[in-house]
Amino acid sequence: MAAQDEKDPRIARISSSIRIIPDFPKKGILFQDITTLLLDTKAFKDTIDLFVDRYKGKNISVVAGIEARGFIFGPPIALAIGAKFVPLRKPKKLPGEVISEEYSLEYGKDVIEMHVGAVQAGERALVIDDLIATGGTLCAAISLLERVGVHVVECACVIELPELKGRERLEDKPLFVLISG
Amino acid sequence: MSAFRDQDPRIHGIQTKIRVVPDFPREGIMFQDITTLLLDPKAFKDTIDLFVERYKGKNISVVAGIEARGFIFGPPIALAIGAKFVPLRKPKKLPGEVIKEEYVLEYGSDCLEMHVGAVSAGERALVVDDLIATGGTLRAAMNLLERAGAEVVECACVIELPDLKGRERLNGKPLYVLVESH
Repeated sequence: MAAQDEKDPRIARISSSIRIIPDFPKKGILFQDITTLLLDTKAFKDTIDLFVDRYKGKNISVVAGIEARGFIFGPPIALAIGAKFVPLRKPKKLPGEVISEEYSLEYGKDVIEMHVGAVQAGERALVIDDLIATGGTLCAAISLLERVGVHVVECACVIELPELKGRERLEDKPLFVLISG
Repeated sequence: MSAFRDQDPRIHGIQTKIRVVPDFPREGIMFQDITTLLLDPKAFKDTIDLFVERYKGKNISVVAGIEARGFIFGPPIALAIGAKFVPLRKPKKLPGEVIKEEYVLEYGSDCLEMHVGAVSAGERALVVDDLIATGGTLRAAMNLLERAGAEVVECACVIELPDLKGRERLNGKPLYVLVESH
């Protein structure tokens, strides 16, 4: 679901604070730039509050954030709901023992990693990123967590690009977004 | 200055949560891993609170965080003190117009970028990262902000490696850390 469907009054300001950059990273792509949202202190606070309002008191003990923009939104949510923050990273960034999940890109493959021991079987988790496009990265993140017995309660993103059908790729996993672009 | 010298009771809890991983990213390096700190909600909250208590009410309007671990600590501090968060990134990650600052590594060089227009002249800024080693990256970050006309009030890190003398490379700018590791 998208929060804008419920027309929370904070959504309009959040939406207008996001900057669209044409032809980045390549021609034809309209890039959704959240850095301008981070420059608007009220919009950034409202963004976090909207997620915290939804997830507080739901017995969620893990917030997993996808490198690198998931690192911006995940920790404030984790701190506010009393959960731990688990960074999910590109290869070779996390020191020590990791588990890896490979996933497909439009051209080629990529890998996402999580620390062994970061989460325990039975924990309830959120996965956070700034945006869902095709859903490939989010699916890989869900797989990493489920492989070690964690229950992924929901995926949460600021922005969804619905024409790329990421929500369908998540199948039965719920997705909550603030803005549908 | 280090908070540990002030014997704040929260510091010990933070320090014990940091994991040292030997020989990462290469042999001989004792890597200071803050991910284990993030797994302890109280220790993570205390870390943020210690910075917020220091910087709240000091008219700081910008918290700049260095990719990627500065993205973990910077935003909670920014939100709590009412400042904007400005990500400082590796090349080609930020869309749109950027300014670049090159800096020297042990082998070769790297580059840090900031969005044009993210900060205005006269703004008071913090630079946040998880750790200061040689100080090269922090120095590049400060340069970016100063080139845009901002005043860097202080650099703030969770951990300092004092043997690498990063503090001396900050052009006289103050550095505040919670934990030292020798």
